[in-house]
Amino acid sequence: MQMLKIVPEKCTGCMQCELACSWVQTGMFQPSQSLIRVNVFDEEASYAPYTCLQCDEAWCMNACPVNAIGIDSGQAKVVIDELCIGCHLCTIACPFGTVFTLPETDKAAKCNLCGGDPACATACPTDAIEFVEGQQAGDWFEQWGDRVHSRYLEAAEK
Amino acid sequence: MIKQATGGWTGKILRVDLTSGKSSVEPVPEDWMHDYVGGRGLADRYLYEEMDPTVDPYAPENKMIFATGPLTGTPVPCGARYMVVTKGALTNCITTSNSGGHWGPELKFAGYDLLILEGRAPKPSYLLIYDDRVEVKDASEYWGKGVFETEDGLRDELGIPNLRVACIGPAGENLVRFACIMNDKHRAAGRSGVGAVMGSKNLKAIAVRGTQGVPIAEPEAFMKALWEMRAAMDDNPGKKAFNDFGTAATIDLTQTFGALPTRNFQEGQFEDFEKLNGVAIRDTRMVATKACFACTIACGRVTRLGEFSDKFMVNMHPRNWKQAGEGPEYEAAWALGPDTGVGDLDAVIKANWLCNDLGMDPISMGSTLASAMELYEKGVITDDQVEMPLKFGSADALVRMTEATAYREGFGDELAEGAKRMGDKLKHPEVFMGSKGQEFPAYDPRGFQGMGVAYATCNRGACHLRAWTPAIESSGDADPHSTEGKSEWVVEEQNKSTTHDATGVCLFVGFAGATIELMVPLVAAATGVPYTVDEFVHIGERTWNLERLWNLKAGMTKADDSLPKRLLEEPHKSGPSKGVTVNLDAMLPIYYEERGWDSEGVPSKEKLTELGLGSL
Repeated sequence: MQMLKIVPEKCTGCMQCELACSWVQTGMFQPSQSLIRVNVFDEEASYAPYTCLQCDEAWCMNACPVNAIGIDSGQAKVVIDELCIGCHLCTIACPFGTVFTLPETDKAAKCNLCGGDPACATACPTDAIEFVEGQQAGDWFEQWGDRVHSRYLEAAEK
Repeated sequence: MIKQATGGWTGKILRVDLTSGKSSVEPVPEDWMHDYVGGRGLADRYLYEEMDPTVDPYAPENKMIFATGPLTGTPVPCGARYMVVTKGALTNCITTSNSGGHWGPELKFAGYDLLILEGRAPKPSYLLIYDDRVEVKDASEYWGKGVFETEDGLRDELGIPNLRVACIGPAGENLVRFACIMNDKHRAAGRSGVGAVMGSKNLKAIAVRGTQGVPIAEPEAFMKALWEMRAAMDDNPGKKAFNDFGTAATIDLTQTFGALPTRNFQEGQFEDFEKLNGVAIRDTRMVATKACFACTIACGRVTRLGEFSDKFMVNMHPRNWKQAGEGPEYEAAWALGPDTGVGDLDAVIKANWLCNDLGMDPISMGSTLASAMELYEKGVITDDQVEMPLKFGSADALVRMTEATAYREGFGDELAEGAKRMGDKLKHPEVFMGSKGQEFPAYDPRGFQGMGVAYATCNRGACHLRAWTPAIESSGDADPHSTEGKSEWVVEEQNKSTTHDATGVCLFVGFAGATIELMVPLVAAATGVPYTVDEFVHIGERTWNLERLWNLKAGMTKADDSLPKRLLEEPHKSGPSKGVTVNLDAMLPIYYEERGWDSEGVPSKEKLTELGLGSL
C-alpha cells in the first residue's frame, strides 16, 4: 500500500501543502480549511507538516457511533458525509489531532489521500511530503519512534 | 467590454481611521483593478487620489496603504508579498516597501486587497483584523518592546495560534528615519522609513488572522500555468544557488566586478569578503533554510549565534540567547559588513538580529554608520561626541551603535536621522552615499554602470530592486563599465518589475527561471482578465509615471535624480573597476527621452495621455 511519508527536516515552512489541500477541499486557496497543517516551531527553526497517518487501528473509526468513517480502496480512512452527524467524537478520539470539523457543516473532515494521489505530496517543493510504498501505516515513523523510546529509557533510568 | 473579475482579487478595501478607531469596507473600482493589477500599482493610485503629496511624512494626513496583489495567497511560487505604500520618512518621496513572510497572504485570507490607514491614534494602539472583525486596541503593554516580544505577546494575549503580526520595534516608535515594519519576526518592509511613519501614527502592530479563501477565475488554466512555472523553476541553477547559499552568494559576484562598496564606497572590493559570503554563512552559522509563504526557493537563512560565539551575547534577552534569527541576507551582510569594514560574521549576524528585533533597515543602518565612520576617521566627528571610537572595521562599534541608534542614545540620535541628514548637519554632505535621501544598496555603480541610472531615477530613492542591471552586466551581455544601452534597459526593466510587484509575487522568481511570460498567464487565469505581456509592461509604465507625478507634486525636481560626487568624480584606485566613474550625464538624458519625459524629467502630455493618465 502507498502512504504519506513526512520528513519534517526537509520542510521549509512554505505552506504549499496547505494551499494544495485546501484547493482540493474547497476549490479555493484557503489554508484555514486544509486537512494537513504545518506546525511552526519558531525558536527551533523547524517546521512539521502533519496530517492523518491512516492508522491500522483507527481510533476515529472505533469512536464513531454511526460508522461514518470507512476505508476506501487505497486503505484511506474516509468520512462518509451523508452518515456523519457532527458529534465530534472522532476529533477527540484521534491521538494525533488530525480529524477536523468544518465550521460550515459542523461535520468531520480528515485526509482521504485524495483518492490515491495526494495533492500535498505533489505540491511539496522539497520532498518533505512524499507518497511512498510501505508495509503498514507509520512505517517511516519507526525511526522517530525508536529515538523517542530510547530517550524515554534514558529518562527512566535517571 | 471588461470582464467581471471573479478571482485573484477580493475586490474589497479595509479603511481604518486610527484617530477615531472606526473602520469601513469598500469595493475597489473595477477599472482601477484592471489598470493597475493590484498591490503597488493600485495602492499608488489610491495614494495619488486621496493624499496631498506635500504633507509631512509624520503628519496624520499621511496615509499608509498595505497592499496585496492578485497572486498573494495563491500557490504561485513566492506569492507571499505585500507592499507598504506611503510617503517615506527618509525620502519625502512616495515609497513602495515590499515584504514577504506570511502576513500579506493572511490579510488576503481575511478578505482584503488593500488596507488603508488614516489619521493618528491618540495613544499607542494596535490593530486587530480577524476576518470581518476589526478593532483598534490598546498597545501600551507592547510600546517599547522589541519585534519578537511584541509578536509573541500578541499571540498569547489574543489566543490565536495562527495570528500573523506586522509591527514596529523601538526604532519605529523613536521615529528613526529608516525604521521598518517587521512581519513574522524576521521579514521586513524595510526601506524608506515606513516603520517611522507607522510609529508617528502611534500604531505598534497590525495583527491579522484570515480564514477565507482566494478564489480563482479560471481554475484549469491557472493550474496549467502554475505547473508550467513550477517546472521552469525546478532545475534552475539560480534557484539552486539561492537555496544553497542564500542571497549572500551575491557578495562573490560584486567582489569579482569591483562593485562591492567598501568603507562607505571608498573602495570597490573587501579583503574579508570570504568571511561573510554565502558559503561562510551556510557552512558556519546556518541551522536551517526558511521559505516565505508559497515559496519554492527558500533563500531565507536561519542562523544561530549562541552555539558558536558568546562575544555578542551581551544585552540579549535571556530567552533569546539560543534563539535562531533570520539572515543576514546579501544587502544586510554588505551594509553591516564591507561597508563598515567589519569582517566579523558574528558581529554582522548580531547587528542584523538587532536590526530585526528593534525594527530598522540594515542597509541604511550600515551605510549611515559607514558615513559616520568616515567622518570619524577624518577627524570631523571627535571622541567627545561618541561613546566609542567609530573606526572602520570595529565590530563592537557596529553592534553597539546599531542598538544606540534604535533608542537614539548618544550619537545614535544623529545616526537615527540617516546619512543625508547627519551629513548635512555636520556640514559634510559628501559622505552621504545615496539618492533622494535614501542610502544606496550593495552595488557600486562604478562596477555596474547601469546601477547609476537605476539608482538616480528610482521613484523611492536609491534601490536595487527596480532594475537590477548586473543581470546583463555580469553575464557578458553588456559591458559593465559602458553607458551604452543602459538607460533603455533600465526603463524596460523598471516597467516590468513594477507590474511584477503589483501581482504580489516575489521578484526573486525572475532569478530562478520564471520569466514574465510565465507570470502573465497566471495573473490572467487568476483574475479572469486576459492580460498580455505587452499590457503588463504598459501597466508598469503607467504606474511608474504615476509615482513620478506624485513625486513632482511632492516637490522633487530633476536635481533629485542625482548621484553623490564620489561616484561621478572619484574612481577606484585598484581592482576590476579601477579608473571608472559613473557617467550619469550621458545616461540621464537618454533615460528621460526613453520615458517620454522633457529635459526636466517631467512626463509629457502625450505620454500621459498614451498611458491613460491624461486627466491627472
